[in-house]
Amino acid sequence: MASIRVAVAGQPNCGKSTMFNAITGGSARVGNYPGITVDRLEGRYKLNNQEFHLVDLPGTYSLTAYSLEEVVARDVIVNERPDVVLCMLDSTALERSLYLVVQIMEMEVPMVLGLNMMDEARHQGLNINSAKLAELLDVPVVECVARVGEGREELMESIALLVDSDQLKARPFKISYGPQLDPIIESMARLIEDRMPPGQLPPARWLALKVLEDDKDVLNRLRPHGDLADKLLEMAAEAEARVKEHGASYPEALISDRRYDFINSLVEQGVISRENDLLPGYSSKADKVLTHRLLGPLILLGVLWSMFYITFILGAAPQGWLQTFFNWLAYLGNTYIPEGMLRSMIVSGMLDGVGAVLSFTPLILIMFTMLCFLEDLGYMARVAYMVDRIFRSFGLHGMSVMPLVMAGGMPGGCAVPGVMCCRTLRSPKERLATILTAPFMVCGAKTTAYIVLTAAFFSHHATLAMFLVVITSWLFVLLVSRLLRWTVIKGRYTPFVMELPPYRLPTVRGVAAHAWERVWLYIKKAGTVILAMSILMWALMTFPQLPASELAKYDQMRKQVAAQTKHEHKGMAPAQLQKWVQAGQAKIDKLQGTEALKNSYAGRVSAFIKPLTDLAGFPWQANISFVGAFAAKEVFVSTMATAYSMGDVDPDYDVDADKSLAARIGADPAWTAPVIGSVFLFLLLYTPCMITVVTIARETNWKWALLSVVGSLTFALVVSVTVYQVMSRLM
Amino acid sequence: MVTALRNMSINQRGKIKHVNAKGELGRRIRDMGLVPGTELRIEGRAPLNDPVAIRMRGYTLTLRNNEADLISVEVD
Repeated sequence: MASIRVAVAGQPNCGKSTMFNAITGGSARVGNYPGITVDRLEGRYKLNNQEFHLVDLPGTYSLTAYSLEEVVARDVIVNERPDVVLCMLDSTALERSLYLVVQIMEMEVPMVLGLNMMDEARHQGLNINSAKLAELLDVPVVECVARVGEGREELMESIALLVDSDQLKARPFKISYGPQLDPIIESMARLIEDRMPPGQLPPARWLALKVLEDDKDVLNRLRPHGDLADKLLEMAAEAEARVKEHGASYPEALISDRRYDFINSLVEQGVISRENDLLPGYSSKADKVLTHRLLGPLILLGVLWSMFYITFILGAAPQGWLQTFFNWLAYLGNTYIPEGMLRSMIVSGMLDGVGAVLSFTPLILIMFTMLCFLEDLGYMARVAYMVDRIFRSFGLHGMSVMPLVMAGGMPGGCAVPGVMCCRTLRSPKERLATILTAPFMVCGAKTTAYIVLTAAFFSHHATLAMFLVVITSWLFVLLVSRLLRWTVIKGRYTPFVMELPPYRLPTVRGVAAHAWERVWLYIKKAGTVILAMSILMWALMTFPQLPASELAKYDQMRKQVAAQTKHEHKGMAPAQLQKWVQAGQAKIDKLQGTEALKNSYAGRVSAFIKPLTDLAGFPWQANISFVGAFAAKEVFVSTMATAYSMGDVDPDYDVDADKSLAARIGADPAWTAPVIGSVFLFLLLYTPCMITVVTIARETNWKWALLSVVGSLTFALVVSVTVYQVMSRLM
Repeated sequence: MVTALRNMSINQRGKIKHVNAKGELGRRIRDMGLVPGTELRIEGRAPLNDPVAIRMRGYTLTLRNNEADLISVEVD
C-alpha cells in the first residue's frame, strides 16, 4: 500500500511541533515563540502496515502571502497535494485557530483536526464539544494533549480511515461573503474555471478570494494565462467600489470579518461553552510580576545574570576535568612520542588547539539548556514585548530580541542560527539591521575566548567581566543598527502584532534534545573545522623553520650559558649545577621559539599587517589568532593556545603545574590595560566567521555579506585603535 | 462611548467597533482576530507604556500604541 502523505499545519504555539515529534518520534524543534519552525521537517509513522509520510509546515496564523512562512505552508498544500492535511488547534484559543482551519478548508483538501491542549482548556473551565465541531464542519476531530502524546494514535487512525473511505475527494466548502461579494466571487471563479486547465488543485473560488485579498503571489501565478489576471483585477476593483458604497471597508477586510462571523456562528451553535474568556489566566497573573513596569526589567537582568552565574559555577568543575584530561594527553604525547615534527604537531597543534576548545563543552551545554528552557517556557516573547519600545528607537523590532539572543545575547549562542532566525521578522529593513548586527553578539565561540581572557586578567571578577562584555555587545548592536537604519537601511517601522503565548512548562525531552543538538554541532565543529584549522595554524607557525645558521647560533648560545654557569658556580653540587644550567638554557629555548615563530609564515603575515594593527596595539599572538579566527571564532582560543605553547618549550613538562592558557597569557607582559581593552573590543566587533558570512549571503545576498565583512572589520579597527590610543595616552 | 484602543486603561473592557488599518498591518490585525464585534480587555502595558497587551478570544495579544490608534472600541 502506498504511503499516505500528511501535511501538519497549525498556528504558532499550538503544539504542532510537539505532536509532530510525538508521532514521528523525531527531535524536531519545539518552540513557544511565534514562527519557530521555518525549516522543513519530515518524518514517518507506521500503523497496521500503513505507512505515513509527514511534513511539518511552518506555524502560521493565516494563509495570506504576508510572510515567507505563510507562502511556504500554502505552497506545500498547493504544489505537493498531500493526501490529508492534519491541522492542529489550540483549544484555549479556538476561534483564532479556526481562522486557519477555514482557510485550509477553502483550499478543498481532505482534513483532520487535532484539538490540542485539551487539558489546559478543561483546566480553564472551557467546555469544548468536539463532536459538534466535527458535525458542523464535516471533518474528523480528535481531542489531544500533545505534550504527553495523547491522541496520537487516534489522529493517525482517523487519517487512515479518511483515506480508506471514499471521502478523499475534494469537498466543496463555501462561506458566504455577503451580498456585495458573493456574486462577484462566483463570476470570478467561473472565469478562472473557463481559462485555467481543469484539475488544478487550488479551487477557482479560492483563487478568486485571493485576488480580492490583493494577494500578489497568486496574481503572479495567474499572469501567464492571457489577460485573465487583468480581467480579475478589474472585477476586484468593481468589488471594492461596491463594498465601499456600503461602508468604509475593503474587500479583504470584509472577507476576514465574514470568516470570523462564520467561526462565531460555529462557536455559538454549542461548540464552546465558557464562563468568561476575558478573565486573566495563570499566565496573566505571572505577567503582572514578570512584565511589571519596574520588576520586569529587573527580573530580566536577574535572569541574564543568573545564567552567567549558573554556567560558571556549574561548569567550572567539569571544565577543569576536561582541561586536566587534555593536559594529561599532552603529557603522554610529550613522554611517548619521539621528539620532532610529529610530536610538535600532535601536542602543540592538535591537542592544545582542540583541547582548549573542547574543554568548554560543559559550559556550552549548560548555557544552551537554559536558553532552550526560557524559549520553550514562553519567556522570550515577554522579553520582546518589554524591549520593543527601546529597540524601536534604534531601528530594530521587539522580535529582533530572539535572533539576537540566539546569536549570543545570552551567553552560548551562535550567529548562524541567529541570522537564520531573522526569517521570523516581517520587515525587510529591521530584518537586515538585525542580521548585520547579530554577529556582534558574544556567541559560544567568542565566549570561550573571553573566558580565557577574563581568567587571565580579571580572575577575581570573571563573572562580572563576562557580564559587562555581553552588555557591551548589546550596546554596540543598538548603536550600529541605529547607524545602519539612518544610512544604508532607511525605512518605516513594521507592525508589532504578536501573541503572548501562555507560559508552558517545557518538556525535559524537548529541552534536552534541542540543547544536545546544538552541543553536538559544537563538538563536531571542534573535531572537523577546528581540528583542520589547528593543524593548518600549527603548520603556518612552524614552517619555514629557522635556517641552519640561526640554529647553530642558538646552540652556540646554549653552550656558552652552560660554560658560563659552570665557571661562575665552581664547587656547587653537580645536581644543583645541572638545574642552574637548564634554567639558563630554557631562556635561550624560549628566545629561539619566539624567533622561530616570528620567522614562520604566520609570523610573516602577522608582521605584514603589523603596521596597521600596531595602531590598535595587538600582541602578535592575538594578531595571528584574529586572522585564523575568521574560519571559526573558536580558532582564536586554539591559535592562542598553539602560539603560547610553541613559544614556551618546557623540558621538564609537569602535568601538575598551572599550564592553563589563561595563566600563560596572564604572565605575558605584553598585555597592558590599553591592549586588553583594544583586543576585547576587536574580538567583539570584527568580521563574522566564514560560516556566518555565508549564511548572511544566503539569507540576503552577497552585497550585504560583503558589507558585513568590510563594514565590521573597519568599524572594529576604528573602535580598537581609538580605545588603544586614548587609553595609552591617559595612562 | 467610542474611544481609540490606545486611550483605554488597564482592565477596562470594550467591544471593537471599527478597524481602520489597511495593507499588511490591517491584514495582520484581522488575522489575529481583531475584527469588529470582538470583546476585549486591556491586560497590561510594557514597562515603557508601549506596547499594550490585550486579552481577547481566550488569548493575549500585544500591539504598539500607534497600531492601537487605528482600532476604535465601544466602552461602557
